[in-house]
Amino acid sequence: MAGLLLRQARRILLTALLGGLLGATLVRLSPGFGVDERELDSRLSAESLTAIRAEHAQDNNIVMFYARYVGGLARGDFGFSRSLNRPVAELLKERLPLTLLSLGYGVLGGTALGLLLALVSVWWRAPGAGMMPALLSGLCLATPAAVVALIFLWIGAPGRWAIALVVFPHVYRYAKNLLVATFQSPHVLAAEARGLSTWRVLWAHVFTPAAPQLAALAGISVSLAFGAAIPIEVVSDTPGVGQLAWHAALDRDLPLLVTITVLVALMTLIVNSLADLALAAWRPSR
Amino acid sequence: MSGKQKFALAVTGLVALASLAAGLITHASYGDQFREAISAPPSSQFWLGTDELGRDRFARLLYGTRVSLLLAPAAGLLATLLAAIIGGTAGYLGGWWERAVTSGIDLFLSLPWLFLLLAVRALLPLNTSPLVSVMITFLLLGCLGWASPARIIRAGTRTLMNSDYLVQARASGIRPGRLFWRHLLPNLRPILLAQFWISVPLFILSEANLGLLGLGVAEPLPSWGSMLRELENYSAVLQNPWMLTPVVLLVVLVSCLQLLLRTEDQTPC
Repeated sequence: MAGLLLRQARRILLTALLGGLLGATLVRLSPGFGVDERELDSRLSAESLTAIRAEHAQDNNIVMFYARYVGGLARGDFGFSRSLNRPVAELLKERLPLTLLSLGYGVLGGTALGLLLALVSVWWRAPGAGMMPALLSGLCLATPAAVVALIFLWIGAPGRWAIALVVFPHVYRYAKNLLVATFQSPHVLAAEARGLSTWRVLWAHVFTPAAPQLAALAGISVSLAFGAAIPIEVVSDTPGVGQLAWHAALDRDLPLLVTITVLVALMTLIVNSLADLALAAWRPSR
Repeated sequence: MSGKQKFALAVTGLVALASLAAGLITHASYGDQFREAISAPPSSQFWLGTDELGRDRFARLLYGTRVSLLLAPAAGLLATLLAAIIGGTAGYLGGWWERAVTSGIDLFLSLPWLFLLLAVRALLPLNTSPLVSVMITFLLLGCLGWASPARIIRAGTRTLMNSDYLVQARASGIRPGRLFWRHLLPNLRPILLAQFWISVPLFILSEANLGLLGLGVAEPLPSWGSMLRELENYSAVLQNPWMLTPVVLLVVLVSCLQLLLRTEDQTPC
């Protein structure tokens, strides 16, 4: 357990470091880097222009720039958004809670729907019983997240539930395959043969043994939900991190966009690690 | 191949053929404006009506389908090629290179796909010509979509390298080049093909999302993504339900592609 904890911490640290370096590279390569529009002001004296250039001089040293960028990220200084003229940390503080709330609804809703329909497909053995969930899942899988958000907008439903429909088909397909395989295993057949009730078989002998593998879906669901958050927040005009990333992309505000990307990657990784740790903690007790 | 898969193949083939023969099926090109028929309803001349710039929606749909259907497989090919080189060499060489590549893949997969796509897209010029924008969009999809297939190809290569016949081939002193071309690559082909076909619907959907966000293919060149932007005008969609045709075609075609790919594997997503 301690070894796993250490490995996960190392992985997160490495991602933060490499993500930061990748981010710093992108920021340095971005158009207009190191250029200050104040230099165009003809009223400024030569001394003022020299002072402005001196401000940017330290950014020209690549190593120093990387060190300052990653160091800043570690201290919670996420840089300054040029397009919105505000510190990135301030923008994230405003918008992240809303996105996290949407993600919470979306991931929980999508997972619950996926698991429920997978259980129904496994349990209800009438011919064609699994057709409706399979059709729904196929339809959701083939529809772009932005179009799902548009449909929710048209019917007046909250955009956060659109995230659930993006997460649901992935959970459903994986859970269904897993539960079908478990349902066909000898111990389930034996339990049924001994006359255990269907619910008991489903809960104790099908769902519970498959639970650790289902928990592994948490990280993937969060990653999917973050990806879906951009088009969904843009279409439903939700002022969250997804919409902020979109504005940053249109305004070519690379410092803001890269910081958001690195932070979202770290959050996804942390959720993945927590799922792995929970799995490791759960396994020895079985 | 099941009956459903045959049907899906027929639909996909029909749509692909229609898009390739767009010039023969429609009299108008995607950019032609008919100023006397702005936002016209469907008629014998304009099967799906015209948009607010007077352009034939049916012609735009056919040409847009061609763009998406030709370039998504091209991006898929690029992504699979990159994945084969990176994942294949990792599985083939093993050791520190395999560990480094696996860590790199994990890192890449932890970066959210659309966020990364937006970040790199924002780095490149936004006000480009339509042709350049279409190339940029699909090149980005191809260059950024390698990580997931690379993981599977690495695992497949490693399994093959440990298989009895390859161990025996190595023990008999076969040259590395011959081992790769004669014994490894032919056996990797099914994995490579599967990864290629899995990536195609993913890239079609990604382009649609990017297009709807205004970061995809530039006007006047149509693509499914750019055509979906019309749907943002709800009142117009209510009055002209045929505006939904691109989204219906997109969903049908992606469903057909997924039906063709259907495997009962248990790998998440």
